[in-house]
Amino acid sequence: MARTLSPSRITTETIHYDANRIRRDMAVRKIGKIGLLLNPIFTYFFLWAPILLLVIFSFNDSRSVSTWRGFTLRWYNNIFNDIVGTEARFSTGLMLNALGNSLFVGIIATIIATIIGTAVALSLARGNYPGKRFVDSLLYLPVVIPEITQGVSLLIFFNVLFDFMSTVTGQRAQFGFGTIIIAHVAFNISYVAIVVRARLADMNPRLEEAARDLGANEWQTFWRITFPLILPGVISGALLAFTLSLDDFVITFFTSGVGTTTLPVFVYGLLKLSVTPEINAISTLILVVSTVLIGISMLIQGRNATRL
Amino acid sequence: MRQVDVELRNVVKAFPTRHESGQLVAVDNVSLEIYRGEFFALLGPSGCGKTTTLRMIAGFEDATSGEILIRGQAVQNVPPFHRPVNTVFQDYALFPHMTVLENVMFGLEMEGVSKKEARKRAQEALEMVRLHQAEDRRPRQLSGGQQQRVALARALVKKPAVLLLDEPLGALDLKLRKALQYELAALQETLGITFIYVTHDQEEAMTMADRIAVMNAGRVLQVGTPEEIYETPATEFVADFIGETNFLRGDILEVNNPFAQVCLDETLTIKAAFNDQALTSGSRVTVAIRPEKVNLFSATGPVKYADGTNESPEEHRELLLRDPDINLVRGRVLRANYIGTDTRYVVSIGQNQQLVARVQNYGLRSDTTFHIDQEVYIFWDAEHSRVLTE
Repeated sequence: MARTLSPSRITTETIHYDANRIRRDMAVRKIGKIGLLLNPIFTYFFLWAPILLLVIFSFNDSRSVSTWRGFTLRWYNNIFNDIVGTEARFSTGLMLNALGNSLFVGIIATIIATIIGTAVALSLARGNYPGKRFVDSLLYLPVVIPEITQGVSLLIFFNVLFDFMSTVTGQRAQFGFGTIIIAHVAFNISYVAIVVRARLADMNPRLEEAARDLGANEWQTFWRITFPLILPGVISGALLAFTLSLDDFVITFFTSGVGTTTLPVFVYGLLKLSVTPEINAISTLILVVSTVLIGISMLIQGRNATRL
Repeated sequence: MRQVDVELRNVVKAFPTRHESGQLVAVDNVSLEIYRGEFFALLGPSGCGKTTTLRMIAGFEDATSGEILIRGQAVQNVPPFHRPVNTVFQDYALFPHMTVLENVMFGLEMEGVSKKEARKRAQEALEMVRLHQAEDRRPRQLSGGQQQRVALARALVKKPAVLLLDEPLGALDLKLRKALQYELAALQETLGITFIYVTHDQEEAMTMADRIAVMNAGRVLQVGTPEEIYETPATEFVADFIGETNFLRGDILEVNNPFAQVCLDETLTIKAAFNDQALTSGSRVTVAIRPEKVNLFSATGPVKYADGTNESPEEHRELLLRDPDINLVRGRVLRANYIGTDTRYVVSIGQNQQLVARVQNYGLRSDTTFHIDQEVYIFWDAEHSRVLTE
């Protein structure tokens, strides 16, 4: 019953290799490898060199930004001791006040944006209604439209709103913390929703079904199963929102009033005269805080990604 | 009469599709009666509607029309958390943020059972599946088989009237699957709980189930015991899906009880059993024959008996043909594949027909094997060739 191969089907040709072609292909491959290596080096240099320069010169023992005169913490010392060269408008008190404003706005806006953003994410991930896909695509709008557009549009929106309110109530509302917080909530909702949504998308929908199957109603299912599982996403979304709120200049600039100067707006005010090493120091501190917050946010997202 | 635990009456499930006013009928007019204490399998290829049927019983999907009754109660508007059924999911769906014990306790806590009592009962359930030593571990620290058992304990601790299982062994390797099949069947027998088991694996369904419903394209094609389904398949699909089958096309020559004469071609007419009493001569039909029901002997060499005596093929043929209910045809071996317990032969019969035969390798190799191009006689009991209804 064993079958024999017919001899005619066995090839007897030898296989020839073209040495020149192989050499040429290997050379192309080598160039490609070097290119792949150089690509990130150039890109990251382009991205990070200005920032690196700022950090380095915040430690430079000279007012000039053109020469390196040795390491110092003088500028950091100065900003906390009311001494900022010839800049008359600077005072540590004002800076700390601005920082306080920033934290206040950041915390309130983050809490509100996190709650609304999580609700939006849940609605988009679990809801089933007409126009869901359209709402879904609108979510990315605040991420992609220019900040200046958002700032101007919010300014116009608030003015129209205040005009309307004054005709109704006879009192005119003022720009202040309220308007800044509303503006920050407005752009942060998208970021929170996008992060939480990604988390929900990774979550096995069978888990919620299993909970309902085991006797949990929708409310119990959410608090016992869904919420604990998306919590890392909610926290990292909140951290992202807080960072964005803390760093925001453009939108805050358009929506702030008297006495509500946040830290980035304060720094901008200092810049009007000249770039002093103290500004480098403040900027470096803001950079460190933001990087740490974003780092924690990414860590939470990454570490828990495998848990679902 | 046996009590019915779950009843489906003309259940239809249609899903809307992307196209305008289009819909996909996943479950098409299914009626079933599942008895109390029964191990019932829903068997069919992927996309046949078996999982959707299960999800409707669990309450995750609403039937488009028709009725579902659990213990005589219509459950149309009853949410899953109020139905006396529990589910073992295909991917187990264990809660990753809870320990094994907490997973099993969850269902009891939702019932309002005190924490202490829930703990005790959950530990008993884990003991039943022999996982009590793993109660403080997280689900992802367990193997697939262990996770499967936790899912089982989590569902059974609720003492459901009916346990729904959605391909619970699908993600496990073959050895483990086999072991768990017997374990599951034994567990079901001890507990006496009705099991509804969804699978696409016909062997699994045959091994475990008391009764099987074979589904395809949203319809139930046949309901019966594993033996009924295998021996007397109602349709070509059922015959093809369960085990290997030869399908021969032919015309009915005449119908005399209990067998119909089916003409396969000018040179070949066989006798075949039939269910359809409305069968008339002249109609074109399909005849199914299981490969293991077919026997071969050499048409050229002597037929050897165990006691050492020999017989010529012609003598043997004469002997066999004394039985009027036998089909005996001559053929030629086209292919032979040795597959361990038996050898699978493809034999040409008639003018241009092929028949697969599986011959058990019970004796020495040389006695029971045939080579390619060998002339053979093929015979089988007429009742093993069945006319299928369309």
